[in-house]
Amino acid sequence: MEIQEKVIKIVSEATKVDASNIKAETNFIDDLNLDSLDMVEMMMKMEEEFGVEIPEDKTEDLKTINDVTSFLKSAN
Amino acid sequence: MGAMCGLGNNLNDVWNNAINGVSGISKIENIDPNMWPVQIAGVVKNFEISDDLLDPKEKSRFDTFIHYALHCTDEALKQSGLLEAGYDPYMIGSILGTGLGGFPFIEQAHKIYLDKGPRRVSPFFVPSFIPNMATGKISMKWNFRGINHAVSSACASAAHAIGAAASEIMLGRQDAVITGGSEAVVSGLTIAGFNAMKALSKNNDSPETASRPFDKDRNGFVMGEGCGILILENLEKAKARGATILAEVVGFGSTADAYHITSPHPEGEGTIPCMLHAIKQAGIKPSDIDYINAHGTSTPTGDIAETNAIKAAFKEHAYKLSISSTKSMTGHLLGAAGGIESVFCIKAITEGIIPPTINLDEPSEGCDLDYTPNKAVKKEINYVLNNSFGFGGTNSTTIFKKYKGD
Repeated sequence: MEIQEKVIKIVSEATKVDASNIKAETNFIDDLNLDSLDMVEMMMKMEEEFGVEIPEDKTEDLKTINDVTSFLKSAN
Repeated sequence: MGAMCGLGNNLNDVWNNAINGVSGISKIENIDPNMWPVQIAGVVKNFEISDDLLDPKEKSRFDTFIHYALHCTDEALKQSGLLEAGYDPYMIGSILGTGLGGFPFIEQAHKIYLDKGPRRVSPFFVPSFIPNMATGKISMKWNFRGINHAVSSACASAAHAIGAAASEIMLGRQDAVITGGSEAVVSGLTIAGFNAMKALSKNNDSPETASRPFDKDRNGFVMGEGCGILILENLEKAKARGATILAEVVGFGSTADAYHITSPHPEGEGTIPCMLHAIKQAGIKPSDIDYINAHGTSTPTGDIAETNAIKAAFKEHAYKLSISSTKSMTGHLLGAAGGIESVFCIKAITEGIIPPTINLDEPSEGCDLDYTPNKAVKKEINYVLNNSFGFGGTNSTTIFKKYKGD
């Protein structure tokens, strides 16, 4: 599975938003109404799924699906 | 009112099973018997909270006692018509009792912490278990902006919550308060803890007969779970809006044994004054009480101590009034006990039926009062008294009166 596809799947499962409505440019806060706690939980799921550690100062920059996908690609 | 427990997931089912003497105790499913010395409890069955009350993505973020509180509050609100009353949101509060809050989620999160480390502890962990999150979620769901907190006094929690809620209304600070209690802590660690105290019945092979208050073969309480919700409302305001008034809260007593962490005072120095204070506040005589919903947990020491206290408080009337322990059917709902038992008290008033104490085949020596053994009894009831006592030596008595109008 492509990284982006996997990211969308995780986000979809956590938010109960249908995967077809989540795109690369989808913004977690503006489009999915996630709050700060939702964001922490989401990043934990990414860490667990992809076996990476997302530094706390980095999480603030990850605002869209694309941001996360790019970060994960660079981290691998 | 709203109610759920091992007897059913709504007030009607719970009440109908209670007056038919049905046991809500069963084998706990899907557990490792090596880790569960006690394998029976009055667990809620086939329940999932509706999406309207808790968004699907939130369901796993809140421990079960919060689900039960929302579900039963919804039932009570629909019955009461409170949402159509037009009260100022700041004049509607919620005070709920819970003994242990989200203890099962604490247990699970601690395992994650040990196995995977601190970075894997969810940001939703703390909001998932704190005792006041039940009232917090109620306030958010229905926009109730008045007083909002949890009461925790072990097995007297819900009863103390009802007392606190009644006080808020009597002081004129609130027009209506959602109250009662919710508890859902049937987990390995809580069972192990209560088992270590030798407080639980180990009749694993006979769940339906394990909870047997006042019976000679009783050997401990059976844990239950569930919720009982009352909506208390200022009497004049309730009358003005044409509400269906089920009963009045007329007396409340609350004392401490100041004696032992878990054992009741053998001479009832906490419980006797507790009942008498409530009777005094109600402005009635002990002989006016028609029915006592007893604390009656089915422990060897507790049931005899309560029986002796009732005799001391009521004198010869102790032998005339009706008593029952609905814990024989529900198990012990711990911090929610006073909630669901207050629901039983009020139903007893409105229906004129006293739910029985089941499994009372042969009363224990010294237990010689009328405990309504095994079969419900029809009786005109004007005043009922509910006892709830908790570890820490805390006691609470509530008195409800039949509403007769002006």
